[in-house]
Amino acid sequence: MFGDYSIGDLGAIFAMQGFAGLILFSVYVLMALGLAIIFGQMGVINMAHGEFMILGAYVTWMTSNAFQSFLPALFPGYFFVAMALAFVASGSLGMLVEWAMIRRLYKRPLDTLLATWGLSLILQQAYRSVFGAREVGVELPDWMMGSWQATDSIQIPINGMFVMCLTILITIVVAYVLFLSRWGKQVRAVVQNRVMAGAVGINTEKVDRYTFGLGCGIAGVAGSAFTMIGSTGPTAGQLYIVDTFLVVVFGGAASLLGTIASAFTISQAQSTMEFFMSGSMAKVLTLLAIVAILMMRPQGLFALKVRK
Amino acid sequence: MINSRFFNRSELIGFVSLLLLLVVILPLALDVFRLNLVAKYLTYAFVAIGLVLCWGYGGILSLGQGVFFGLGGYCMAMFLKLEASSVENTKIQSTPGIPDFMDWNQLTQLPFFWKPFASFPFALAAIILVPAIFSFIIGAAMFKRRVGGVYFAIITQAIAAIMTILIVGQQGYTGGINGITDLRTLHGWDIRTDHAKYILYFVEVFFLFAAILVAQFIRLTKLGRILVAMREQEDRVRFSGYSVANFKIFAFCAAAVFAAVGGALFTLEVGFMSPSFVGIVPSIEMVIYTAVGGRLSIFGAVYGSLLVNFAKTSLSETFPQLWLFGLGALFIAVVLAFPNGLAGIWGDYVQPRIDKLLASRTKKSGNGGLVANGAPAE
Repeated sequence: MFGDYSIGDLGAIFAMQGFAGLILFSVYVLMALGLAIIFGQMGVINMAHGEFMILGAYVTWMTSNAFQSFLPALFPGYFFVAMALAFVASGSLGMLVEWAMIRRLYKRPLDTLLATWGLSLILQQAYRSVFGAREVGVELPDWMMGSWQATDSIQIPINGMFVMCLTILITIVVAYVLFLSRWGKQVRAVVQNRVMAGAVGINTEKVDRYTFGLGCGIAGVAGSAFTMIGSTGPTAGQLYIVDTFLVVVFGGAASLLGTIASAFTISQAQSTMEFFMSGSMAKVLTLLAIVAILMMRPQGLFALKVRK
Repeated sequence: MINSRFFNRSELIGFVSLLLLLVVILPLALDVFRLNLVAKYLTYAFVAIGLVLCWGYGGILSLGQGVFFGLGGYCMAMFLKLEASSVENTKIQSTPGIPDFMDWNQLTQLPFFWKPFASFPFALAAIILVPAIFSFIIGAAMFKRRVGGVYFAIITQAIAAIMTILIVGQQGYTGGINGITDLRTLHGWDIRTDHAKYILYFVEVFFLFAAILVAQFIRLTKLGRILVAMREQEDRVRFSGYSVANFKIFAFCAAAVFAAVGGALFTLEVGFMSPSFVGIVPSIEMVIYTAVGGRLSIFGAVYGSLLVNFAKTSLSETFPQLWLFGLGALFIAVVLAFPNGLAGIWGDYVQPRIDKLLASRTKKSGNGGLVANGAPAE
């Protein structure tokens, strides 16, 4: 199968295939980060996570349209505004949902799954009613188009690189917030022992609400980044939710490093296998491997040692 | 309080009224088309009853019941398809005697795993055994390692996703996204006529009541008690010397077999089977039938499947936009406000009034001893 290619061509193919895997990796990490906070830290199964992401994508789409018609001069920079708006929109919807629904269900984690599934149905239909059933695509500013010519035969798309840089940045911010800031310590205290955390004066309800909001907000940013490499439809979130949960579970639910490692493994495995077989078989094999590994090692790749 | 009788009084009333509804009232009141719809809804009731045992009593939430529903359905569909694609029915194909979709996908001979499905006894055995073995493998792998709760739900959901992608991707072997269609006869008996639909409906109702009785039996024996104990305090049951994993595997396998029987009947009633009944979305909808009916009530599961599906059909016919809003709101409302579903509402609000009414009447006739046993044991 390699006979028709020269060594240089093969190298270029692997480099570009590897880079395609890296973009998939960035998307997985962005989606999984929010979920790792909500599911890993709070234990809430948020099946509507994909829909929060799509909300961010739609906000980005609306911002791009608004900039195009009202502020064409600032269009090249619209993306940064859009991301901030996406974070705020998804985050505040998340806080609203936490207040209305999730806070009544902390003691019944399996029921959060059903309730948020209901929420995801409602949000999907709302998107369909408001934005229409057709997929929408965002117009990219000029500087994001095109690709960077690394060598003669290796081309690396600029929007892909942008998404990767964004992922690295957001990961660092989340790691800082969760592990070093005072607020992150409060979050972990509440997760580990809700009653004691309340007893030492942490406002657990407030911490819960902001944590959930932060997770949803990051999902919104993920959706915003997602518009740069794909189009958005009302049901697009559903396609990713199982993958995302598997990434988080496979990595070890409470470990941020595990989430990143598992996103890397899964995305690289899938994109490498896609080169050798059909996309659906690559997906099946990847998922099967994850399920098999999880059956052997249920705590995931990086498990925190917690005394129960 | 362990009740020594098989049904207590209120359950007996529930059983008889369900029997009356399904055997007498619905067949008399509905035309064949609507009755066939009811039959389709009732196939989901099998899944819901299985989930009552596995989720309501055992506390194991499986989001992969569609897989077992599909396995049962596909086993039945493979047999029917082979019968429908006899050599003389498929003369126009380039390879006569194999199912049409295989011919379209350039297969020239029947795959090995299709061959045994030409025999009806094998197909019937496969409907039970394939899901049972598959669920046993999953259950044994997970429960022996004490994976439970949320993780189990997510992994079963992933299995549902894998199954759908596999079925859709392997078109030549499975019929792809369209599924296995154009099923005609069962041993030469045309399943598409109105007469056959009536007969199939009653056959299905018979199986449904058999399933209800089996589930009730499991619930009342010591096995059912251990399931409840396990749900409430898993460690204590383990410390008492019971093998928690084996009981969980049993509950999961039982639910899988119930679902598979429902799937097989679904194929007979509807005349086709496709991956749209296997994946994540149908699997979660099956959980919601149970949740709406009441996760602890076997009869509730039947009513839940009937009502949710009836609402789905009628709402999506008239207001396609509203249906998803309605379904979503139903999910949220059931979880937040009525965790025990319709059966819970019935038990909390309706049953006490009926009891009171009956009590005042029996008191008048001086026969009060019957009433005390009426309250459900939960």
